[in-house]
Amino acid sequence: MPIRALTGNEAMAEAMRQINPDVVAAYPITPATEIVQLFASFVADGLVDTEFVPAESEHSAIAACAGASSAGARVMTSTSSQGLALMHEILYIVAGLRAPIVICGVNRSLSSPINIHCDHSDTMGSREAGWIQIFAEDAQDAYDSTIQAIRISEEVLLPVIVSTDAFIISHSMQRVDMLEDNEVQKFIGPHRYPYSLFEKTITIGPLDLQDYFFEHKRQQIEAMWKSSPIIEKVTQEFAHRFGRTYGFLESYRLEDAEQVLIACGSTCGTARVAIDNLREKGIKVGLLKLRIMRPFPHLKLLNLLCHSDPDPFACHSERSEESHRTAQGRFCEGEESHIKLINVLDRSVTMSTMGGPVYVELRSALYDAPERPLLVDYIYGLGGRDIDVEQIIDVGLKGEQIIKKNKVEKPVDYIGLRE
Amino acid sequence: MPSLKELSKNRGLFTGGHRACPGCAGPIIINQTLSVAGPKTIFSLSTGCMEVVSTIYPYTAWGVPYMHVAFETAASALSGVEAAYQSFRKKGKITEKWNLIALSGDGGTYDIGFQGLSGAIERGHDFLYICYDNEAYMNTGIQRSSATPRGANTTTSPAGTVIPGKTQFRKNLTEIVVAHGAPYVAQAIPSSWTDFTRKVRKALDTEGPTFINVLSPCPLGWRYPTNKTIEIARLAVECKFWPIYEVENGEYKLNYRPRKEVSVKEWLQLQGRFAHLFTPKNEHIIGEIQEDVDRRWEKLLQKCKEVN
Repeated sequence: MPIRALTGNEAMAEAMRQINPDVVAAYPITPATEIVQLFASFVADGLVDTEFVPAESEHSAIAACAGASSAGARVMTSTSSQGLALMHEILYIVAGLRAPIVICGVNRSLSSPINIHCDHSDTMGSREAGWIQIFAEDAQDAYDSTIQAIRISEEVLLPVIVSTDAFIISHSMQRVDMLEDNEVQKFIGPHRYPYSLFEKTITIGPLDLQDYFFEHKRQQIEAMWKSSPIIEKVTQEFAHRFGRTYGFLESYRLEDAEQVLIACGSTCGTARVAIDNLREKGIKVGLLKLRIMRPFPHLKLLNLLCHSDPDPFACHSERSEESHRTAQGRFCEGEESHIKLINVLDRSVTMSTMGGPVYVELRSALYDAPERPLLVDYIYGLGGRDIDVEQIIDVGLKGEQIIKKNKVEKPVDYIGLRE
Repeated sequence: MPSLKELSKNRGLFTGGHRACPGCAGPIIINQTLSVAGPKTIFSLSTGCMEVVSTIYPYTAWGVPYMHVAFETAASALSGVEAAYQSFRKKGKITEKWNLIALSGDGGTYDIGFQGLSGAIERGHDFLYICYDNEAYMNTGIQRSSATPRGANTTTSPAGTVIPGKTQFRKNLTEIVVAHGAPYVAQAIPSSWTDFTRKVRKALDTEGPTFINVLSPCPLGWRYPTNKTIEIARLAVECKFWPIYEVENGEYKLNYRPRKEVSVKEWLQLQGRFAHLFTPKNEHIIGEIQEDVDRRWEKLLQKCKEVN
């Protein structure tokens, strides 16, 4: 398999080239522009036979994707920040239409003030739109996840956004172990979508009033439940074929950890180094990388946090809401957890004054735990402010004090901020 | 041009039982369009009257494939359908010819969907965009749009004691689309069905983006009796408020020239939305509207190389 030095954007564009979708409709935006322009060059050079629609806005780009998908095409696009925000209206519609569209996203802050650098405000801001959300840690993760996303979206009929961190991943050169073109094609298989406008006299997007709307939304929720085993199946098949394993959550040195760091995206790499450092000082810290934000893996989280189960595929109970109910009484039985404190690293805020989105959701998930650990949220890196190893080491050192006092004095704190 | 008898065979592609108001011109426009377009047609609608009345789940009035995404996306969503169509044709997955038609009201065309329409025309997608222009946001309860004529009383340009209805003249969207360089652009009216259906045929036979702006009288918003729709449509053309013409590759052609002089006043007085203009205080507005209509007509005659 070819090993290449690629930026995150190049890795995603290469994945798109190998997927060779029927239609790509896109609009340029920093820092995702490169994905669009690389793909345009693939079209111009005949490396793909995709119909490329260079739309006049992100709103039209995603609307064109909805049209093309309803016509039975395999469809992809790419965007970031204001672009994703401009798509917001149509993101919900795409999910409601159950259109399997894949976005190669780049996480960037939202205006105002205007800023082109990394935080997770854009992607987190669309987390209720009904899309499966995958936060990639590096270019390899972005490349592999993009390929997996095609299979996942088409099997469960939900759209998927795979995103990397602006500049940190999108523009930095990394080692990417690529698959052969035919391996990708074999893995994704032919496009499957049951509702082509060209094949059926069908009304797509009707007016749905009080007597049916609720049921259709319920079906969408059920699809989100059912996406979990599909995501597992696809990632397992990917691991089996190509040797790279991904989970909803990926743990690092969690086995005997008293403290856990939870983060999304590129910060996980920095956190691993900080954890090694802290371990050398005798501080028992581990990492939980939250790779899939939607569906939120609350049962897997509980399993991992209560049992420190290192196997990312360990929890198979998210088959549907039905089995969830039976599972509820089961998890966290038996051994007592060694985890005393969870430090959440949130690269966006909710403006609810209750912290960042990962913290809020984790806190909600932990309500079901028999013994809840201490919980602190650290908001960091807004607008692309760097986070370094030392700062994460500080989080671990502070954590020791919190555990000693057995009390959280500042539930929502900030890293690297001038107050 | 097929006969009326032949055209009538395509009935049923848009069935009765939809919830359009009595006297609504929208379904007439859809039926006339489908009579020439036939079953191999995909419609992309914007949110609005025709979308709302024709597809209340689990029912649909559409006997052809139909899709609706949002208010401002009739053109952009259809440009995606067209891209898929081109992709499938290239790959041999589709061999038959399909008609791709976007249908939207003036709100979805002149205002919120304007950018999407402009972009889609510039990109050159092979489709027909039909605007049923009823001159206001009728679906939400008669709010002014940029297609609402000067003086009209709408719920957001009300005829008050100080401000007598809409203060601006309407946007000339047909000319804006012509300026895009679309290969075929026309204005039409449902009362002249032979002219309109011929234009639909011509637009569908033209490669690239085509546009037909159809005036669509609305009994509710214009406030006239429901049996007067066709009469009011016809009078809009006779008084030169709504000239019917076509522009083929930049060449203008006037399709109908009224034989006798009909003043705009005669058309305005049939509609309750202009009732407040017929007072001594506001009468001057009728004169202003007439001047505007005359000016636009003169310009059009020049473009059509018609001698006045």
